[in-house]
Amino acid sequence: MDIPYTVEVRRDTGLTNGKIGIWLFLASEVMLFGALFASYILLRTGATEWPRGDTILNVPLATLNTIVLISSSVTMVMAWASLMRNRFGTFRIYMGATIFCGLIFLVVKYFEYSSKFHHGLLPSTNNFLAIYFTLTGLHGLHVIGGMVVNAYFWGPGAKLWKTNPAWFTNRVEHSGLFWHFVDLVWIFLFPILYLL
Amino acid sequence: MESTSSDHHAVDVDKHVRIYITVFVALMVLTIVTVAIARLHLPVPVAVTVALLVATIKGSLVACYFMHLISEKKLIYAVLALTVAFFIALLALPVFTHNNGYWIHG
Repeated sequence: MDIPYTVEVRRDTGLTNGKIGIWLFLASEVMLFGALFASYILLRTGATEWPRGDTILNVPLATLNTIVLISSSVTMVMAWASLMRNRFGTFRIYMGATIFCGLIFLVVKYFEYSSKFHHGLLPSTNNFLAIYFTLTGLHGLHVIGGMVVNAYFWGPGAKLWKTNPAWFTNRVEHSGLFWHFVDLVWIFLFPILYLL
Repeated sequence: MESTSSDHHAVDVDKHVRIYITVFVALMVLTIVTVAIARLHLPVPVAVTVALLVATIKGSLVACYFMHLISEKKLIYAVLALTVAFFIALLALPVFTHNNGYWIHG
């Protein structure tokens, strides 16, 4: 049985089903990352010594990644705005830029991880690196997940625009909400892990 | 009438786009501020407070404008209020266990 997809606003909630769905999912994501942030606080406050992030990690690369991810959030929202303006060509450019920014973020992260492994800095080395790799690894998985969904809407999924533009715009809005959430998490991870 | 409504809609989206660009510039400036403050090597409690304050401002900008929370429906606010309450409780757990877990076990 097919699950009906509707972009009609429900009278009781004033929202579409998809909008409620994505926000409930994001609420569960807040708790997932919240548990790891709580672990970080527990580990840090319980440690006799805790290194400053910038003595171990590469701040310039992380700053670059912050700029890249913030830029991708703007291109994502511009992709949605393009659909709202009925400009499908512009949507493709902005969505492509968003995916490209995600790719740059992952490549930079790859160089960061490689450098750490090369110097023998592993998750098992100490609690700081353990929580660093756990938090950034989980965040990286979210970036990959968001890129897969965005790539689908950029490529094969874009066929829906021709048959039902309202559905397509609705779906892009929801994938955008997820992508902004991923950006939001990084905004907190950056100072906590790299600068303090 | 239809074209007038469409024009209003386009103007509305144009206004949003201008806000997105402004927020983008603000986020970039705040990122530079975050890194600049870290270079001052302030005492840890002050550095943590300032860094989290700047991060909260940046996060709020993303949530309010890119995620459109500034003009969202009540149900979404209710869901998020509940989430924030549980999130704070989760972050407070390490504080309660700080004194050898006496609060939990005592």
